[in-house]
Order: sequence, then C-alpha cells, then structure tokens
Amino acid sequence: MAMTGVLRPGHAQLRVLDMDESVKFYTDVMGLVETGRDASGRVYFKTRAERDHNSIVLRRADRAGLDFFAYKVLNKATLEELDGKLKAYGVVTERIPAGEMLETGERVRFQIPTGHTIELYAEKTDVGNGMTYNDPEVDVVDGKGIRPIRMDHALLYGGDIDGSRKLFEEVLGFNLVERVKLEDGATDLAVWLTCSAKAHDLAMVRHSEDNKLHHVAFQLASWEQVLRAADIMSINRVSIDIGPTRHGITQGTTIYFFDPSGNRLETFCGGYDHYPDNHPITWSWEHVGRGIFYHDRKLNPAFLSVLT
Amino acid sequence: MVIYTVTIEDDGSSYRCFESQTLLEGMESLGKKGIPVGCRGGGCGVCKVQVLTGSYTKRVMSREHISESDEAQGCVLACRVRPTSPIDLRVVGAMKKNVCRAVEPSGVPSLST
Repeated sequence: MAMTGVLRPGHAQLRVLDMDESVKFYTDVMGLVETGRDASGRVYFKTRAERDHNSIVLRRADRAGLDFFAYKVLNKATLEELDGKLKAYGVVTERIPAGEMLETGERVRFQIPTGHTIELYAEKTDVGNGMTYNDPEVDVVDGKGIRPIRMDHALLYGGDIDGSRKLFEEVLGFNLVERVKLEDGATDLAVWLTCSAKAHDLAMVRHSEDNKLHHVAFQLASWEQVLRAADIMSINRVSIDIGPTRHGITQGTTIYFFDPSGNRLETFCGGYDHYPDNHPITWSWEHVGRGIFYHDRKLNPAFLSVLT
Repeated sequence: MVIYTVTIEDDGSSYRCFESQTLLEGMESLGKKGIPVGCRGGGCGVCKVQVLTGSYTKRVMSREHISESDEAQGCVLACRVRPTSPIDLRVVGAMKKNVCRAVEPSGVPSLST
C-alpha cells in the first residue's frame, strides 16, 4: 500500500529486572545507542541507523515482559483519524501527553483483544543517524556489538488473535501475509501481518495466557551479519534459544536469544517484500515445523512455551 | 576451584556444579537434563526449583514466578542461583504451561486454544 497510515513499528517498552546489567547488554552486546534517561528512570535507545530518538525503552520492574508496543503514523491528522476509527470500532483509547516519553509526541494508547497495550504516535524527534541529509557517506556497520539496522517487529502471544488480527486489518490497515492453521485446518495458530511492504510488522500466536511477549526483533543486513551476531552472543555468554537458522515463514534467517531479564529478542535478515495484491500464504499443521524452523523442521519446546 | 554436587530429588540424578556457575549452567554444561531450561535470565519461570538442603547465593528473579513467600520457602529460579554448598533440590517449574508436553505422546506439539 501507499504508506499513508501506519508507517512502521516505532518503539517497544520492555521491563527489565536489573537496569545496570540491561543497559550494558543493550549497549555493548546489542550495539544500540543510549539516547536518554527520564525522571522515572527509564533508559532510551535507538539503533545507530535509526533517525528517530528512540525505539527501545527499558523500565526497571520486578517482572520481565513488554509494557507496550507502538507504531508511528504519517502525521498528526492521521493520528486523529485513526483514534476516531478505533473509537468507532468500539476500542477505548487513551491519550498520553507529548513529553511523557522523551522526545516523543502525543500517543494514542489502547488495548487489543489479546490483552496487549498498543500505541500510535505521529511525532518523535529526528536526532539523526550520524549521516547528514545532504551528501551523506555510506553507513559502514562496524564496531562494537551486533548493531542491528532497526527495531523491526514483535511477536505477541495471547488468546483472541482473531480479534486482534481483525482490529489491525480493519482499523489500522494491516494486511495478512502468512498464517499457520491448527490441526482442525480452520483455526489460526499464528498470523503474520504487515502495515508496509515488509514480510511482517507484527506477528501473533494463539496462547492460553494473554498479554505475553514472545520476542522483539531487530533487522540485520545479511546472513553473514546473523552469523557475526551469533559469535558476539557466544563471546558475551548470551542465552541463545535457537539458531542461527532460517524460517520457512517469511524466509528470514534468524537467531532467537534472551536479554539479561529473559525477554526474548531476535536478530534476523531477509524476508520477502509483500504487496497488498499478494495472496496470504497458509501453512498446514503438518508442516508447521518446517514453517517455523526450515532447517531443523521441528519446533523446540522452549520456542513455544518460554515467554515473558 | 570449588565444585559441589547438586542432587535432583525428582529423578535421583546428580551433577557437579562449580560455585562460579548457576545451578542451570552447571547442569547444561554437562549435557545433563532434569531441570527445564527457558530464558536463563530469571524472567520466564521455567526453571523454578525448591532447594531442600544447602546454601546458595541468588540474583533478582521475576516476581511473576517467584513470590516473596516462594522465596522464603527456598523456591528459586535455577538460572539465578549459585551453590555455596552441596544442594538437594526438587523441580517445581517443569514448564507447567508447556503445551508441547501435554501432547508429547503423539509426538506432535500443540498449542492450547
């Protein structure tokens, strides 16, 4: 679609158990750039290549997990329009004033049927990516840490993924890219949705408990970068769930691993482009192992059951 | 280098764990099984155990999985605990919500709906 409504994932606020340890991990291992700390103690990060002030916000808490996941929309008029559409759809929305998050404008916050808190916003300060807008150099990705290109998407676990999917499709203009069916051939076990031409901007898996985070993903430039990330993880004794491997679904190459509080992260590369005229791809239960992990061709128990 | 024996009462198995390792690292590094492995970061609660005898040091764990009364009764996450003596423990977590386990006999993992 023409990119006029919801543009892309904007920020994820994660709960961490030990802030000092987490800041060190996101800075030294992930290679993110710390961009600020607010009065409540939250610490803000962006990837080096991202232009907006923040994409990952850490909040110290006594349990791990995701506070909220946000999407940036085109402009303030779009934000108002989407708030109106959400209300007309029966969704209760809340306005979070500009400045509640550093360098971030007003946010529209709401809960989706799977219990997750989602936000929309139009404005965040462009602090730049170290390159100029005039006559820039090529961005050479080297130096310390994994240094992903961008915070790319999230996978959320919850009960009513049909309700959440419909809300994203019918109100926010997302498209269904892929789905996995349960044994009955009718019920969705999982769905992958996009608001852009990416293979996914959001994924959801049906689960017995609401409001759970499976992972927040970061994009890398190449398969070699995925392997380099795995080396950096082992050098730093990072807890790896699975990988490096490849997905059948989206076709991306991937590693799943955990931050020091047990929040699962993904570094991935690839995935095809999706356009609204593409038919969704459907995976049957018989082939779900190959769909999720193309080389292993089977699921691992931790991938399905370990959540924050 | 100080090393202690960790005994898992559930199956009677034991392994050796350096005092520099967490109970989970000690088990995993020997290729042993007995305590389920999750995030290894104190967040997911999968490796919840109750220490029956022995002393240990511990780090911050998610209150979603280890309440204050749990902690008072020696319930901890094996990924956050290092032994300072031989340890006897009982597995508590065991992926209670592991929907794979529920249908393992058929060999096909399934998610609950």
